[in-house]
Formats: sequence, C-alpha cells, structure tokens
Amino acid sequence: MIKIMRNFARRIFSGIFSKRGEIKLGFYGSPNAGKTSLANRICQDWLGEDLGKVSKVPHETREIQIKEKVILEKDGKKVEFKLIDTPGIATKVDFEDFLKYGLNKKEAQKRAKEATKGIIESIKWLDDMDAVIVLIDATINPYSQVNITIIGNLIARKIPILIAANKIDLKKADIKKVKGAFPEYEVVGISAKEGKGMDDFYEELFKLIKKTR
Amino acid sequence: MVKNKKSIKSSGSKDLTIHFMPYSEIVKENTIGRIKKIMGLVLEGKIIILQGRLNPYEEARLIENSMTLIGNIKGFQGIEIAAVSGDKDRGVFERVRFNIAKILVGEQDAITIIGPATIVKEIKRNPKKIELMLQRK
Repeated sequence: MIKIMRNFARRIFSGIFSKRGEIKLGFYGSPNAGKTSLANRICQDWLGEDLGKVSKVPHETREIQIKEKVILEKDGKKVEFKLIDTPGIATKVDFEDFLKYGLNKKEAQKRAKEATKGIIESIKWLDDMDAVIVLIDATINPYSQVNITIIGNLIARKIPILIAANKIDLKKADIKKVKGAFPEYEVVGISAKEGKGMDDFYEELFKLIKKTR
Repeated sequence: MVKNKKSIKSSGSKDLTIHFMPYSEIVKENTIGRIKKIMGLVLEGKIIILQGRLNPYEEARLIENSMTLIGNIKGFQGIEIAAVSGDKDRGVFERVRFNIAKILVGEQDAITIIGPATIVKEIKRNPKKIELMLQRK
C-alpha cells in the first residue's frame, strides 16, 4: 500500500516538475524481451553507466526503473530523455516456473508476487509515456497477445512507437517475421546485448521523437 | 490479507468445458461488466470462445484483473488469451465498410479465446489460425 502511494506521489510530482523538452521514453514488452538490456545499452552509450540488472530468470525487473537526464545528440542537436524501464507484461505468472532457474519455493513465490504487481504498474504507466520502444524477442513467435495488447494500447493513446526486434545476434532470430507481424510500424533489428544495429536504432529513435512534438 | 482463499473451480471430472460467448452477450455491458463476466467463467475453469474482441483498454484491464487475482485465488495462475481478426487484406471500400460496421456493432469479425492458464498451456497463433495447447494433468 505504501509502495503504491509512493509510486502515485512520484508520478504526480514527476508530472508537475518534468522539464519542458524532456522526453519520457518507455520500454515495454514481454518478460525477457530485453527491455533492461536496451535501456542499459543506451545508458552505457551516453552516460557510461547501467540502468538496471539483467538476468536470464524472467521478471528480473519487477519495479519501474527510471534514469533521468540521458542526453542523446545527433547532428549537433541535443535531446534529453527520461528512460523508463518497465517490468515485462505477461498474462500469467506461475511461481513454479522460477524453480527451474534454481530459486527455492519461498524465493519463487516472492518473485511471482512481485511480478504480478510489476505487471499492474507497467500497465498503469502506459498513460505517462511520450514515446515507447516495444521490445520483441526476434527468436520467438511475435504473434503474442501481449505484444498485440501493448501496441493496441499505445495506438489507442496516440503514443508514438518504435518496435525493436531484439536478439538478432542469435541464429533463431527472424526479423522478417516481426516485420510481417507488424507491417504498419517501423521495426529495427538490434542486439541490445552485443550492441548490433544500434546506429539504425538511434536513427529511428530520432525520427520517433519528432512525432512526439 | 485474505485468510480463506477462494480457489479456482474445477468440474471435478476431466471434462473440458468450452463456453461460446456470442457478441450479443457482452455488447450491452461496460468494461467492468465484460471483465466480470469473462473472469467469472475463467474462474469456473472454462475456456471461452468470444465472438468479437475486447478493445485494447479492456484487454489491459483483463490482464490487470488477472494479476490481482493471482495469489488471492488458490490455484489461479492467470489467463491465456488470443484474438484473431478476419481478413485484413481489404480494399479501400471494404475497409470503410468494415470501420463503419465496427463503430455501429463492434468488431464481430474476430474470435477471442480466453482460458485459465492452469488449463490452457499455450495459445499458438499466426495471422490465420489459432492452436490451443492444453495442460496435461
């Protein structure tokens, strides 16, 4: 309850005091799509530090993580971002899935409980974004209802989106399939982990922010 | 804190119940009413085949609602959901007609499958088909 009130207060105050020109850039997607990895990559490229911890265990990010004053520069033009890394959205959470990763029952149950709260928080934060990067794991079927629901909600709120098909360094990655699933939207192939495709990503990001003003 | 947790109902046998929900059944309901109706059936362990689809806000609310119930309803692990729309390769005239019909009577040219995650393991989908993978008990 205290956490909910604290988050609510933070959102109200961040709204009041947010600087003009600062772009609230959200990272959305299913668990393990690479949201934190991409946010970390951007922070490393422009700040030289990470935003959050990454893990192979799903639902590693269970609270909204924010990095302010991330300034990106292109052709002499500086743009200030507030990066908002969100917990992965899922339609189901089973604590037993975490046991496979070596967590004990108590830890797994705690993680599951926090994950469900994180998903609710992610959905609530949809209204606060200026632009969103939707992360899709290019090694798995992109036609998931979570991807469709996230994109549908962003479109309904008129929030500009860029789809990042992540993990293109892996053999199984199929960027064509991601493009085929969402032909109406810009899709850029990246490997947040390896840093592949980041030049194209930044190019598309600067195009995206033009739509926010 | 919930002391006496409710639990997800099961028919007691190994029978699987598929509930067909025509669009007319939810058309007059508001978002809360629709979600209540769907979650009621899901908590009875039924798989719903809904004529039409929920709007994006309703889909998000359905996910939020499911997350709230995990941990409070014994055995409930969330839902599986997939929606497929009709033929997207419409001409301009067809698209205009479709959008007008969508405003007037809702998107009935779609099918949504919703089921409890304890029963529906996975819904595999591509643009033209849906495959329902059930949990083996």
